[in-house]
Amino acid sequence: MYRQTEIISDYSKVPSTGGDLGEAGDLVINIGPQHPSTHGVLHLVITLSGETIKNVEPHLGYIHRSIEKMCESLSYRQFIYVTSRMDYLSSHINNHGCALCVEKGLQIEIPERAKVIRVLMDELTRLASHQLWWGAMAMDVGALTPFFHAFREREAINDIMEETCGARLTMNYIVPGGVMADLHPDFQKHVKEFITLFKSKIDEYDELVTGNIIFQNRMKNVGYISKNDAISYGCTGPTARGSGVSCDIRKLYPYEVYNQLQFDEIIENSGDCFARYLVRMQEMRQSLSIVEQLIDNIPEGDFVAKTKAVLKLPKGEFYSRVETARGEFGVFIVSEGGTTPYRIKFRSPGFSNLSALNHMARGHKIGDLVAIMGTLDLVVPDIDR
Amino acid sequence: MNNEELKIKLTELIPSATFEEGAEWITFFVDSPNWKTIAQQLFSADGLNFNYLFCLTCIDWKTHFTMLYHLSSTIHRHTIVVKANLDRINPEIETVSDIWRTAEFHEREVYDLFGVIFLQHPDLRRLFMTDEWEGWPLRKDYEDPINMIKL
Amino acid sequence: MFSLEGVTNFIHTWLNNTFNPTLALLFEFVIVGLSVITLFAVLGLVLVLMERKVSAYMQIRLGPNRVGYKGSLQTVADTLKLAMKEGLTPDGADKFLFNLAPFVVMIVAMLIMAPIPFAKGFQMWDLNIGVLYVSAVSSVSVIGILMAGWASNNKYSLLGAMRSGAQIVSYELSAGLSIISIVVLTGSLQISDIIASQQNGWWIFKGHIPALISFVIFIIAVTAETNRAPFDLAEAESELTAGFHTEYSGMKFALFFLAEYVNIFIVCSIGAILFLGGWMPLHIGHWQGFNHVMDYVPSSIWFMGKVFFLIFVIMWFRWTFPRLRIDQLLNLEWKYLLPISMFNLLLMTLVAIMGWHF
Repeated sequence: MYRQTEIISDYSKVPSTGGDLGEAGDLVINIGPQHPSTHGVLHLVITLSGETIKNVEPHLGYIHRSIEKMCESLSYRQFIYVTSRMDYLSSHINNHGCALCVEKGLQIEIPERAKVIRVLMDELTRLASHQLWWGAMAMDVGALTPFFHAFREREAINDIMEETCGARLTMNYIVPGGVMADLHPDFQKHVKEFITLFKSKIDEYDELVTGNIIFQNRMKNVGYISKNDAISYGCTGPTARGSGVSCDIRKLYPYEVYNQLQFDEIIENSGDCFARYLVRMQEMRQSLSIVEQLIDNIPEGDFVAKTKAVLKLPKGEFYSRVETARGEFGVFIVSEGGTTPYRIKFRSPGFSNLSALNHMARGHKIGDLVAIMGTLDLVVPDIDR
Repeated sequence: MNNEELKIKLTELIPSATFEEGAEWITFFVDSPNWKTIAQQLFSADGLNFNYLFCLTCIDWKTHFTMLYHLSSTIHRHTIVVKANLDRINPEIETVSDIWRTAEFHEREVYDLFGVIFLQHPDLRRLFMTDEWEGWPLRKDYEDPINMIKL
Repeated sequence: MFSLEGVTNFIHTWLNNTFNPTLALLFEFVIVGLSVITLFAVLGLVLVLMERKVSAYMQIRLGPNRVGYKGSLQTVADTLKLAMKEGLTPDGADKFLFNLAPFVVMIVAMLIMAPIPFAKGFQMWDLNIGVLYVSAVSSVSVIGILMAGWASNNKYSLLGAMRSGAQIVSYELSAGLSIISIVVLTGSLQISDIIASQQNGWWIFKGHIPALISFVIFIIAVTAETNRAPFDLAEAESELTAGFHTEYSGMKFALFFLAEYVNIFIVCSIGAILFLGGWMPLHIGHWQGFNHVMDYVPSSIWFMGKVFFLIFVIMWFRWTFPRLRIDQLLNLEWKYLLPISMFNLLLMTLVAIMGWHF
């Protein structure tokens, strides 16, 4: 698994593990598994010629828990909670995708109120995730202050989540048929407070980072991926939208109440890090506008549909997808008619986005690799599953 | 293109395909030796242009494996599911990583967890498990008394 | 007015009256050595705390606030912790060079202290090539960094050291050129002369636009030379973990850390001497009354005030800007700063010859 960390003088002596390692005189270094810019335990073996990257090879599996195998012995109510631990920054949206798939199999119609609550929470989660991304990415390119500013606003969202869901990170708020509990009485008040707060802060974000000339130089023309490559590598989410691919599941295959909402799919065409950055920054504004549209229009009624205590999906295959903060999250359930899934596959956005890293980073400098990783917004448990 | 038209078009293109009814998307089986040529046709044929492979996985049916390819087109916005049955003793199928680049990682994942050999894959080795790991964890008959907790 | 000149003169005369000249000189050496080391320790403590407090205010945090009054003893506690830690030397490192490197960096920082006047008449060594001496000695510190990076047997350290080498060597040019532009105005390399020439106003005001340009270039160049953000590529936390001092621990790491802050102090005091008049109070031409009022503030306060203002500016940079990339860093120097400062030097010469300055 580990490769020796010394300058390769004789390439023939290095055990061949495939991949393009480079030639004699190249410097092979390990970035990670413990490294400040990998945000977790991502392990990259990079081949350098001077400061220029010749090859990036991800080594995965440091927190591979085989969630897919675990789910095979969990019931349809239980397995949803495991998925919170995949992309922990958009855990609510992961839960949502799984619940949608189970509901598709059971063919339950869920109450309007539950739909709106789910979407509201989705967008708040997306905002929180993008805020963290913004801070962490700015820290990757060397600006340390934005991180704290981002966490200040993220805290407000986490408090709202804690109040209603009882948890701040892994919400586990969704059950098949609706949500677990009704909204907290103060929910609307606090969300409105947050909207007023964040509206001024997001302009501050732009002032602090977006317009900075050093930052723009670090981002522009770095990590380019063309439209066709982005599709071919299976990139989704802001990564692909930065290359001009229209791939927002909320627009293309609307679920819940997204087809009744006014929001734009943000598409930038330059395909570099700055485009991906801009997409995410504007998505924050869009999410904020969705929250604004919904917060006064939460319909009255039940928050969960009546379901049987033990869920049994009919025999068949069910696929549902949602748009997480990182891209398209797909859940594929194969049912044999029992109480547990026969096979589950999670199509995680981070895994596909990561596969394009080598393509993007090759030929750039080490500093650029960090910037590219920042704009890909990799969450390692989402990749490893 | 709606599902009916798509089905007609696909039948013309791949006469050997056997369709499965009742699914959300058009689902059909192909013979695993023909898969590579069919994949190429699906990718490039006018009106189909399946340029986006959004999910690639495998199911262990205890008697055989089924490879699943969820294909979509970003131009025409239609989706199909292609399946190919593989022999369980000697699971082999041609790689599609040169058509859809994302398949390179997904096929490595399937190799890692199911032990399916992808012929002509550029870099087929373990992805999540350590290189010296024995067995294929997602197979139904996989037993690991130490690491697996039965509920 | 209150001045430290009396103290130094008193000690000097007393020593010379009591002992023979050689012994008196020796005693003065000892006193100076001790005070430099003390100053080092105090500077380290103050600047580290200052950095943490400044960053805390910029990042809407409180900063250290537990040890001592409002965290004032935090650095002491940190130093104690570092002193008690094991100074590891990695296997496969070049042991001699590895252990030598922090001291090289430290000694260089100490040497540059010599010609700096902390107040009126409070200067260790007023040598006639003071400015030249400072720029010559300060470039030795890159050797210490290269040594540390090479001897660590670590690729991150090596990359960091190479970056640092490229960076310091290039930015020395424009720092040097902007120093020379002031030397052109004063016509002397001696630091006391440079300060005396600002009797009727600081060069940054007297020297028209060229002086302002060279001040800006000087600040940029010394920020790069001291490896501070946005030019902290040598340590680039998110890229190279800790750059050239990745493998250092305990007191050896502390020496690097301390040397960084002392270097900031030194370059800021050079900036203050050249452009802001050193210990010279703010004088404006012939406004006698105003000048007298300004003279009431002790010269040491003037000097420290200016230096700490510049240090604050450099800290402000660090907590605001993202980091440059290595090629952008070198582009900035060779394509922009160097031509500008060369042109600026010509302009300054013209100003000096024509007597256009005030």
